[in-house]
Amino acid sequence: MLETTALPRKATLPPPLDTRYQVETPEGIDLPLRPAGLPVRALAFCIDLGLRGLILGVLFTVLAFLGKLGAGLGSILLFAVSWWYMVLFEVLNQGRSPGKQWMGLRVVQDDGTPVGWAASLLRNLLRFVDLLPFGYFLGAISCLQHPTFKRLGDLAAGTLVIYSEQPLPRPDLPEAAPRRPAFALTLTEQRAILGFAERQGELSEARVNELATLLAQPLQVPPPRALAELNGIARSLLGPA
Amino acid sequence: MKQSLFESRHKAEWEQFVFVLDRLEQGKDASRIASFPKDYRRLCQHLAMARERGYSSFLVDSLQHQVLRGHQQFYRHRSRLGANALAFILADFPRLVREQWRFVLVAGLMFFGSLIGMGLLVYLFPDLIYNLIPAEQVSEMQSMYDPVAGHLGRSAERAASEDWVMFGYYIMHNIGIAFQTFASGVLFGLGSAFFLVFNGLTIGAVAGHLTHIGYGQTFWSFVIGHGAFELSAIVLSGAAGLQLGWALIAPGRLRRGEALRLAARKSVLLICGVMLFLLIAAFIEAYWSSMTAPAPMTKYLVGAGLWLLVAAYLLLAGRTRHAPE
Repeated sequence: MLETTALPRKATLPPPLDTRYQVETPEGIDLPLRPAGLPVRALAFCIDLGLRGLILGVLFTVLAFLGKLGAGLGSILLFAVSWWYMVLFEVLNQGRSPGKQWMGLRVVQDDGTPVGWAASLLRNLLRFVDLLPFGYFLGAISCLQHPTFKRLGDLAAGTLVIYSEQPLPRPDLPEAAPRRPAFALTLTEQRAILGFAERQGELSEARVNELATLLAQPLQVPPPRALAELNGIARSLLGPA
Repeated sequence: MKQSLFESRHKAEWEQFVFVLDRLEQGKDASRIASFPKDYRRLCQHLAMARERGYSSFLVDSLQHQVLRGHQQFYRHRSRLGANALAFILADFPRLVREQWRFVLVAGLMFFGSLIGMGLLVYLFPDLIYNLIPAEQVSEMQSMYDPVAGHLGRSAERAASEDWVMFGYYIMHNIGIAFQTFASGVLFGLGSAFFLVFNGLTIGAVAGHLTHIGYGQTFWSFVIGHGAFELSAIVLSGAAGLQLGWALIAPGRLRRGEALRLAARKSVLLICGVMLFLLIAAFIEAYWSSMTAPAPMTKYLVGAGLWLLVAAYLLLAGRTRHAPE
């Protein structure tokens, strides 16, 4: 039988290679989450930092015209923006501050559910410790050594920063006449052949032919016909449209 | 069953489910919400079947995506803070403080111990204050509480119209300190201990110094009112921080990460109470403590009343099984 090396897009790889974090739901389904690493989170933070600076800059310019009242409001706003900006966005915008939204990230609880007030407040209060002794040193260390890239605030609050999943575009399967395979296929082989057909559009023609030719012998067809044969099998697995 | 047949048979259900999901995620009231749990579980079953029958990655991945979204809506944690605010203030917060009395006691000893100790030392050996606080700041303090100046608070030329400014300043400054005291507790409690002792020493030194040079009346009548809320809030935030640190030092039978998570869940509630205390303190500090009209005696009496109120609240509120609604 064939050794299939191609894995379905979301299959789990052994730990060092795969950082996906499996959440087992009460329904007995394993949901893979993709934790986000340090660089992308740092970028998201920089965007948020810039945005906060911008907000404060604009507000202070406006408040400067209000005199004493403005100074009082300014202090409250400074407090609100520096301590509550992240919390408000994370809770009210499905775990996404503007920077995270930009980078396609979101904060969730360890069990994959949306982050709540308590957890978000906690992870953002502990940001103060992650910042120590300078420039997110502790946070970066913690993030780099943790299997799911948690900084101290995430550890205490039980939260996780993941890539938000985007809906997938439906792939076009190449046209081919349905073919019955020469032998019974195992489940992994079925998925490999379907995966090959679905992802053909992303590969160059030469590479597609090269991959198909590898299978010419087990499929018992001459090498030039291997591609058509594979696509035919994929069609027949999928069934009539 | 072939994949295409499976897809065409359930397509309508999936589209309907996505529609409900969209509405739920936008926080709208979904009209067909009653069937949501059933639909969600059916989708889970479809996903399991699709995996088991070796359907294509595209189908499995998109079903997985919908199941994840459904899972997030179905199992989302309802916020306890917003819904039970009243019950929290009336009963849960004082109960929590009493439940954590060991940490509160330790934090209280650190803070008030260093405050009173340093106060006495500076009162007896006045030069000590210059070891702790730079000379310019000391003279600034003196001008603030100079009995001749006639105004109280952070600046000598302060007028009543500035109460609002100071209210904002106190909120920012004090809650910021409380947050730092709490958060740094995760460093095995060292950070919280440092902030507690440091703040205790500073406040004690200032108090001792001002009393020594004869500004005691202005100083004590100013601070006694809001001090009830402000100082106890700092102690409580320190207690919350120490709780975090202790979970790391002595996690018991849990793993350290797990112990930290459980301790943090409780201590964040303490911090919510602390914020409430500090809001009250900022209000009193800006609008009552800075008033110069009432006689110092009135201020002392009101201040003592506030201290009693805080003590009674923390010790007695929520003792009955059914908190007053």
